[in-house]
Amino acid sequence: MKLISAIIKPFKLDDVRDALAEIGVRGMTVTEVKGFGRQKGHTELYRGAEYAVDFLPKIKLEVAVEDDLVDQVIESISGAAKTDKIGDGKVFIVNLEQVYRIRTGETGNDAL
Amino acid sequence: MSNRTNKTILCALGGVAVWLAAGPVLAQDTPTLDSGDTAWMMTATALVLFMTIPGLSLFYAGMVRAKNALSVMMQCFAITCLMTVLWVVYGYSLAFDDGGGLNQWVGGLSKAFMAGVGVDTLSGSIPESVFAIFQMTFAIITPALMVGAFAERMKFSAMLLFMTLWLTVVYAPVCHWVWGGGWLGEMGVLDFAGGTVVHINAGIAGLVAAMVIGKRKGYPRTAMPPHSLVLTLVGAAMLWVGWFGFNAGSELAADGTAGMAMVVTQVATAGAALAWMFSEWAGHGKPSALGIASGAVAGLVAITPASGFVGPMGALAIGVASGWGCYIASVKIKRAMGYDDSLDVFGVHAVGGIIGAILTGVFVSAALGGAGLAEGISMGAQVGKQIVGVVATIVYDIIVTLVLLKIVDGMLGLRVNEDEETEGLDIVLHDERGYNL
Repeated sequence: MKLISAIIKPFKLDDVRDALAEIGVRGMTVTEVKGFGRQKGHTELYRGAEYAVDFLPKIKLEVAVEDDLVDQVIESISGAAKTDKIGDGKVFIVNLEQVYRIRTGETGNDAL
Repeated sequence: MSNRTNKTILCALGGVAVWLAAGPVLAQDTPTLDSGDTAWMMTATALVLFMTIPGLSLFYAGMVRAKNALSVMMQCFAITCLMTVLWVVYGYSLAFDDGGGLNQWVGGLSKAFMAGVGVDTLSGSIPESVFAIFQMTFAIITPALMVGAFAERMKFSAMLLFMTLWLTVVYAPVCHWVWGGGWLGEMGVLDFAGGTVVHINAGIAGLVAAMVIGKRKGYPRTAMPPHSLVLTLVGAAMLWVGWFGFNAGSELAADGTAGMAMVVTQVATAGAALAWMFSEWAGHGKPSALGIASGAVAGLVAITPASGFVGPMGALAIGVASGWGCYIASVKIKRAMGYDDSLDVFGVHAVGGIIGAILTGVFVSAALGGAGLAEGISMGAQVGKQIVGVVATIVYDIIVTLVLLKIVDGMLGLRVNEDEETEGLDIVLHDERGYNL
């Protein structure tokens, strides 16, 4: 099992959600986050006062999946979130040791 | 405030001979109530109050950080209440009563507690009660304008005491100088709706307060972006609408001058908003919402002294001049000088007021579409009078405001401590938050 976290542009969330639903992903967690990568921040100007805004709003999306679904998930996320412009985001994959469903007590793949 | 042309023509019904002999005398001796004028002035009064709460409150609240939003609105609201009470107790009397031997400088106290202002008392063609309450809304907004200069750091208690003293020894006398029969009005200074009395007065006092109280902690290195420009734009729009009461209402009648005051208010505001927007667009590369709203307020300020005197093209010139001038003052000069007039009360109200007051002397000329200079007065002489009015207001305002701030500082302390400032005035001074999201 893998935990896939993707950082994407906020307005791409609906596309990514739909793409993941299509390949059978049945749950996800979404968080509004801030950060920067190569895109860096931007500047804002208020009556001549210029402020550098280092952290841009992004969406962090987390999905836990079976091992054989990992490649498809990566493909779906990167396909749907891509704009070919700087700041599209990243996908991180980590091993998931155990999953436990609170209601039923199921574990492992059954709990996904 | 100009006097109404009396309606002696009505008396012609009694015959030409009688009219010639008695008409003007009758009109002067027995002023009569005009219901149209009265209805308009009651409406205008409500419009001017609408400028302070909610207009100015929202305009300012949006520009401060979220932790101080409520404190700014609270200050505007409390000033509204406090000035109302002071006005009926003695403010109206000091500003508009006959001051006897001191009449050049300040009014008397015979109208304190609104003595003698009854249901049947008239002021021109409107009830004196309506005149007094209309003027009260001006005495409310002038101190409220200053809130922007010391926003995010002044103690609420010190603010209340300072405003009480300031209304008493600055606003009421200066109002009397210009509109109450004092020396500036007598000299022929033209200030239709309050360029000197309201805007220069508030702008200069605001600057003095900002400098005496000192910069906000971290200014200008720390980012202090406006927390909601949506509120600011809504507030600016309300100010614009309310300003028709301010300017067209200052005619104290529903007549042709009031109508023209409405037109020039609209034209100058639009011109100034565009001038600020395009200045910023040219200087920075993008037009901003805060810029266009600030420009609109600058234009409203600048046309205020001129509104009963100039024509639409004069208004356009005044608008463009103020939009550009206030942009330079608020964006460039403030940065260069380093003072923290947080919401640009000086840059917009004092600078806009000065531009408007001086240009009133130019565009009042009939040759430039205005109502015409007084007989025997050249444009140069009128501009000279305007400058005297501006300088007198500035000098008096600076000196007295400085003294008042020192007194209040000695009694209560002017500002919150550093930790409290960091925490935000909403929690520290009011035990509340503007937003519980």
